Formats: sequence, structure tokens, C-alpha cells
Amino acid sequence: MHPAPSIVVFTVASGAGFGLLATLGVFSMLGLFAPELWFGLVAFAVAFALTGGGLVSSAFHLGRPERAWRAFSQWRTSWLSREGVLAVLTFIPAALFALGWVCYGQIWAPAGLATALLGAITVHATGMIYATLKPIRQWASPWTVLGYLAMATASGAVLANALAHLFGQGSAPLGATACAALAIAWIVKVSYWEAAKQDAPSTTASATGLKGRVRLLEAPNTESNFIMKEMGFRTARKHAERLRRITHLSGFLAPLVCVLAAELLEPGALAGFLALLAVPAAAVGLLAERWLFFAEAKHTVMLYYGADAA
Amino acid sequence: MTALPETTGRKLGLVIDLDICVGCHACAVNCKEWNTGGHMAPLTDLDAYGAEPDGVWFNRVHSFEANDGETSRTVHFPRSCLHCEEPACVTVCPTGASYKRAEDGIVLVNEDTCIGCKLCSWACPYGAREFDGDSGVMKKCTLCIDRIYNENLEEIDRVPACVSTCPASARHFGDFADPDSNVSRLTAERGGVDLMPELGYRPVNKYLPPRPRAQAPVAASTDQEEPAGLLRWVDRLLSR
Repeated sequence: MHPAPSIVVFTVASGAGFGLLATLGVFSMLGLFAPELWFGLVAFAVAFALTGGGLVSSAFHLGRPERAWRAFSQWRTSWLSREGVLAVLTFIPAALFALGWVCYGQIWAPAGLATALLGAITVHATGMIYATLKPIRQWASPWTVLGYLAMATASGAVLANALAHLFGQGSAPLGATACAALAIAWIVKVSYWEAAKQDAPSTTASATGLKGRVRLLEAPNTESNFIMKEMGFRTARKHAERLRRITHLSGFLAPLVCVLAAELLEPGALAGFLALLAVPAAAVGLLAERWLFFAEAKHTVMLYYGADAA
Repeated sequence: MTALPETTGRKLGLVIDLDICVGCHACAVNCKEWNTGGHMAPLTDLDAYGAEPDGVWFNRVHSFEANDGETSRTVHFPRSCLHCEEPACVTVCPTGASYKRAEDGIVLVNEDTCIGCKLCSWACPYGAREFDGDSGVMKKCTLCIDRIYNENLEEIDRVPACVSTCPASARHFGDFADPDSNVSRLTAERGGVDLMPELGYRPVNKYLPPRPRAQAPVAASTDQEEPAGLLRWVDRLLSR
């Protein structure tokens, strides 16, 4: 599948944003965050920029962005519509939660909890958009939804941990949560890649109804077309292997080491720097992961254009 | 609405006979010609006379080679929307622009409400939907709703453009809900198949597989065998 930069950026950014909101909600409810003005101001600004910016970025890949509002109408059947509705719904308790924290210096726990829950359901809906597409075997797996949830939680916790260190609110439970979330996300991603190795159920024979070994003799068109450009994206194996290494090292290992080291060190400039360094590392790794998520996914329609399996 | 109708009164669709199709691409060309002025018009072409022409087609003809050796054969394979009974392209649509008609089962796109998110094209295993980058909306086969119900046309012409033009009569149009229709009978007689049945989209259109060969292919004649009688004597004389 063609890895559209707008969707790659949108899914990583909105996942991290909702993860950050959820971490703020849960940890403040547990009394592990104090509603200090500047911490709240910066944290909510980052979270709203990531989630809101992500939504705007996703509109850029539409053919008719001015009609985007229509996408809120079909929540009964469409996961894409549900994602849009849920994202907007999440902003309601999130705005109240931010208002209480920044303007009144209070933790409004029910609003924080509602933000965390709705954020998680929104990210679940994002994953379901892909997991329900049967023509793309790699995506039609439970690991897809788990991956979106785990990576949103991990990136949100890493971000919250960095901001907490910056404003002197770092704590052992927060660092431990970020480490655990990273480790779980890493396991889920490896499991996704393992599951993606399974044999494809569809073949050129089942796609054409013909018997025996079936191979393309002549394509319908001499040049490329929309289907081939959108579904026929292929990455070189060397390229994919390098990006997987970047995902392992920069997306999971580096932030894990940084967050763990920041916990073990005395609180101070170095610990804060390491907690902060985990954020760009995770961002680079997760962007590589998301790019691969699209680029490595194979669509059954390419069976009509000479693909061996899908 | 993107919710599917419980049942459709009729199930209009095509039977495509892979035994007969000669791969002339006339169906694809006549489809393009009719539909670039039809319900989903235009079928935009970009850079039509340049180095990288690209454009929207509802029907494309692929050619495959099936089997090996003496049983191998070339099969021309026209591919268009199958108007599935479980069209995920419809249910994934976030705006309600994609819909399946309750009265005849035809799957259509409302170009006035499509936002061009392309998710329906991802949900279609068969590649039936093509995005028009110029108008920013998705386009697809309409089963020529502007021909089959068109009272300005002679009754004999009220069939999809691809069916009316096929010089080999490899394409048939009809109602699959009626067990006595031409398409239902053809499908039953010839063992018509669904494409990618394993995905569960339940396509309405059926493909008739190529018939088995009437006889085994005859080996080409050679002069390697030993002749008899007078010819044997001549052969020996000439072989010296």
C-alpha cells in the first residue's frame, strides 16, 4: 500500500496525543501529578497540537477536504466515521480536564478518566479501520489494533514522562509505566511481523477462478494506473530491513534505555535530558514503523497485476 | 446510507464467459466511451497523449496463462465491479456517498457527497474503484444504470455498454434473483464461479470457466518414424 505521508504523520501524532492525554488523566487521578499551571499548559498544548494537528493532517489526503464534515455521519457502519466522531467526543472531557487544571488548579478526576477512556476507544477505532480490511492480509489481524493501542500508550507515556521531568514532577511509577508500555509495544510489533509471515489465502487462481498455475501474460494497460500506484507500492527488501532496524533501535530500545537511565540517575539535568531524548528517538522509530505498516502491506488486487501472493 | 439493504429485490449483474472472450478490449473501450458522458462522467484522462498517460476506467481486460505444457491456455479476463452482496466498499464509507441500491443491488457512488478518502478502494479486493484525481472523488462501474433503464433507447439496447458491444457474445446481463433468467441458467449450466470466494464478499457477477478441451492436443507430425515398403527402400537410398 502507498504510504501517504499525511496518514503516516496523522496516525503517529494522534496516537501520541491521545496517549499523552490518557497518561495525564490516569496519573493525575492517582494523585501522581499536581495541577501545576505551567506543566498543565505545556502538556495540554502538546496533546491538543498532536491530536488536532493529526486530524488536520489527515484531511490533507482527501480529494475534497471541504466536505470532510460529512465523515461524521456514518458511525453506524464505518470505523473511519467512528474514529472521527470519537476523536471529537474525546475533546469535550479533555477540554474540561484542561480547564480545571490550567484555570482552576484542580484535577477534575471524572473528566480526566473520561478523556483517557474515550482516547483509548478512539485509537482502537483507528486500528479497526485497518484491521477490518480483508483484502490486506497483514492488517486483518488482532495485532493491528493491539499495535495501535500499545504504541499510542507507549509514545504518550514517554512524552508525559519527559514533560514531568521538565517540570519536576517525574516519579518512579511514571517511569516504570513508560518502560512497561515500551516493552509491551515492542512485543506486539514483533508479533505483528511474525503473524504477517503467514501464507496468503488468496492466489491468482482464486482471484481469476482458473485452475492450476496461473500467471499474468499481459496487463490491461501499458502505463501505471490508480490501482497500481495506490495498492502496488513495493519496498526493496534492503530498505525494509533497514527501517525495521530503525524501528527496533530508535522506536523501542533507545527510549527504553533513556527512560530507564533517567529513573536510575539522581533527579537533575542529566536525568531530565535523557527523559527528553527518549521523545525524538521514539518519534523517529514510530514514523519508520508506521511507514513500513503501509509500505509492506499487500493488497489482493495486485494478483491481477502479476503479484505471486496477497 | 452505507448500511446495506437487508435484501435486494433484483440482483442485476453480469456473466462473463472466459471460454469465449477473445481479449479484444472492445468492452473496456465502449465502457469508457459511454461512461465518460454517463452517470459518473467524466472518466478523466490525465496526460492522455504524454509520456505517462493515466485515467479512470471501469473495465480492464487482463490476459492470463493457466496451467503448464500441453494443457496450458491463454485466458482473457475482463475485470469490473462485481456488485457484491457484501460490499465492504459501501460499509467502510464514512460519508454515505457509497451505497447499494435496495431495488436492484447496483453499487453506486454519490459524487456530490464523496470526500475522496479512498478507503472504499482499499476495501475492494477486486480493484473495481478508481479515484479521479481531477474531480477528487471515487468512480466506479454503474452497470450502466443510464442505459438499462433508459426508455429513449430501443429495448434491445437497454443493456450495459460492455454487453452490447461484445463481438463474441462473451458477456451477458440479467437478474440473478430470478432462477430462470439467462444469467442464472448460464451460471448453473456452466458452473459459474465467484472470484476470491474466501473473502466472503459474495460477488453477484459470475465468471464461466473455460470449457475442458474436447480432445487431447495432437502432437505435431514428424518424419522421424521408419517408413515401410517402397518408401523404406527410397529412404535408405537417400540416407546414404
